Amino acid sequence: MSAGLRPDLAIIADHVPAGASVLDVGCGDGELLAALTAKGCDARGMELDPHNVAECVARGLSVIQGDADTDLAFYPDKSIDYAVLSQTLQTTKRPDLVLDELLRVGRKAIVSFPNFAHWRVRLSLLWGGRMPVTRLLPVAWYETPNIHHLTIADFRAHLKERGIRVEQAWFLKGDRRTGAAAANFRAEHAVFLLSR
Amino acid sequence: MASAPFLTTSRVLTLAQPLALDGGQQLDGVRIAYETYGTLNAERTNAILICHALTGDQHVASPHPITGKPGWWVRMVGPGKPIDTDRYHVICANVLGSCMGSTGPASEAPDGKPWGMRFPVITIRDMVRGQVALLDALGIARVHAVVGGSMGGMQALSFAANFPDRCAAALVIAATARHSAQNIAFHEVGRQAIMADPQWRDGDYYGTKGGKGPEKGLAVARMAAHITYISEAGLTEKFGRNLQDREAKTFGFDADFQVESYLRYQGLSFTDRFDANSYLYITRAMDYFDLAEEHGGRLADAFAKSSARFCLVSFDTDWLYPTAESRLIAHALNAAGCPVSFMELSAPFGHDSFLLDVPALDRVVAGFLG
Repeated sequence: MSAGLRPDLAIIADHVPAGASVLDVGCGDGELLAALTAKGCDARGMELDPHNVAECVARGLSVIQGDADTDLAFYPDKSIDYAVLSQTLQTTKRPDLVLDELLRVGRKAIVSFPNFAHWRVRLSLLWGGRMPVTRLLPVAWYETPNIHHLTIADFRAHLKERGIRVEQAWFLKGDRRTGAAAANFRAEHAVFLLSR
Repeated sequence: MASAPFLTTSRVLTLAQPLALDGGQQLDGVRIAYETYGTLNAERTNAILICHALTGDQHVASPHPITGKPGWWVRMVGPGKPIDTDRYHVICANVLGSCMGSTGPASEAPDGKPWGMRFPVITIRDMVRGQVALLDALGIARVHAVVGGSMGGMQALSFAANFPDRCAAALVIAATARHSAQNIAFHEVGRQAIMADPQWRDGDYYGTKGGKGPEKGLAVARMAAHITYISEAGLTEKFGRNLQDREAKTFGFDADFQVESYLRYQGLSFTDRFDANSYLYITRAMDYFDLAEEHGGRLADAFAKSSARFCLVSFDTDWLYPTAESRLIAHALNAAGCPVSFMELSAPFGHDSFLLDVPALDRVVAGFLG
C-alpha cells in the first residue's frame, strides 16, 4: 500500500492507474491528490473549506472551492475516469443524489465511508445508550459533520435499489484490511469501486 | 492635467508594427510604457506579466512619479515577496488607452494634436494585444504566468484565451469574465459626471487656459467608483456616522461626515494623476468585455486551446465582481478541461481586498506560482 497515506486513501491511490483523470470530491488538504499527481494522474479536487483549498493551491494542486451537493452539476457527463468521494458521503445533504452525480460525471466512482454498524458503535449504543465517539467518529453528536450515518449493509442495499454495480470493495479495521465476511460487523471503514 | 500624457520615468517601447484593434481601426506608432523587476533568466522562461487595474499603472513595485507613493502592489511584488523578484522577471506595462506614458487619448495624434475623443474605442483584448506586442519586443515567447486583479484579471483571462501559447499559468483575482448591467451602470455614472463638467469640452480640453480639464467631473466619477471598491461593513467600520473635525452637524452642505471628506479627498487627489478621457476609454473597454461573446457565446470555448494552469480568487465582501462570477469562470475552465483552482477568501475590504493585507492571498499567490 502507498506509504504514509490514510488507509482508505492508500487503497484508492493504489487502485487508480497512472494517467487516469480523477476528481476528488471533498479532497481536504489534498493528501490523495498529491499522491495521485505524483503517480502521473490528472487529479483535480473539489473542497468546501476555503482554508483547505488555499492549502491545496499552495501545494500546487488544482482544487475548486465547491459543494458536493450542488457543484457536481457543472461537470459534463463521463468527463472523468474516476470520481472519488472519500469520507464525505455521510456529510452530504443528499447522499443518494451525490452518488448519482458521481456516476454521471465519472466513468467509475470510488466511495469510502465509516461503517456505523462496526461492533464498537453497536456496543456503544447497546450498552452505553450513547451516540458513539470512536477513533473514526471522534466528534460528539451535536457538532459532527456526519449528518447521514450509514452502514455497509445500508450502502449495499441502496446500490442494489439504484442498479449500481460494485466492481470491487475493500474493508478496513484500523490500518489493516479485513475480509468481506461479516464486514458489516468487523469493518470500521469501507471502500467501494462502483460503476453503472 | 491638461496637456499630453503624464511624464513617465519608465522605459517606453514604440511598436514597429501598427496595432489592429477590435473596433476595426489600426493604431500606428503605439507607445507602451513599462517597468521590469528582477532578472530574466538565460532561457527567458521566468517572466511574470502583471496587468494593472482601471486606474493602475506600470509602477507595481516602484514609487509613483507623480504622487511619490510606493508601487500599488509592493506588498505582493519584490525580493522574497509572493511574486518573488529574486526568482522571477516581473513585467508591468501601462495599458493602451491609459495616461502614464502609453498611447491613449491624451497622446499626440498623427496631426500633432492630442487625440481626445478621436482616439478609437479600445477593448480589453486590444490592451492584451499591446501586452503581447511588448513581450514580442522583449523576446519573451511564453510567460511563466500572467497575473492581475480586477481589470488586470480580465486581461489575464483574455490573454490566456486569445494567446494560449503565450502563458503557462494565469492568476485571476477579483475579476469577471463579463461586465454585468450593474458594473456598466456604475461606469456610466462616472462617464456622465465627466461629460457633464463644462471643462470637458467634448474631450478637447488639453492645453486649455489654466490647464484645467474636467476635474470636478472626474473627481465625482472617482468618488462613485470608490464606493464600489469597498464593502458596506468596511465603510461603517472606518467612518460610521462620525463627523469631520466638528462637534455637531452644521446644517449646511459642507463635508460634515468623515465619509464625505474621505470621498472628496479620494476624488480630488485622483485628478492629479489621471486623465479624464483615459477614464472614459478604459471604463468603456471594461464595459465591452464579455469573454464568452468573443468566443461564440460559450465561455468554455474561450479556453478550448489553452494549456495553462488557472487560479481564480474572489473575496467574500466584493460586491463589484462577486464570487459567483469567479465560480462561473472556474466551471467553464473545468468544462474546457483546463487545470483550475478556485477559492473565495474571506477579507473585510470588499473589491479592494486584492490590493490590501490579506495573508491568505499571499500564500495562494506564492503557492500557485510555485
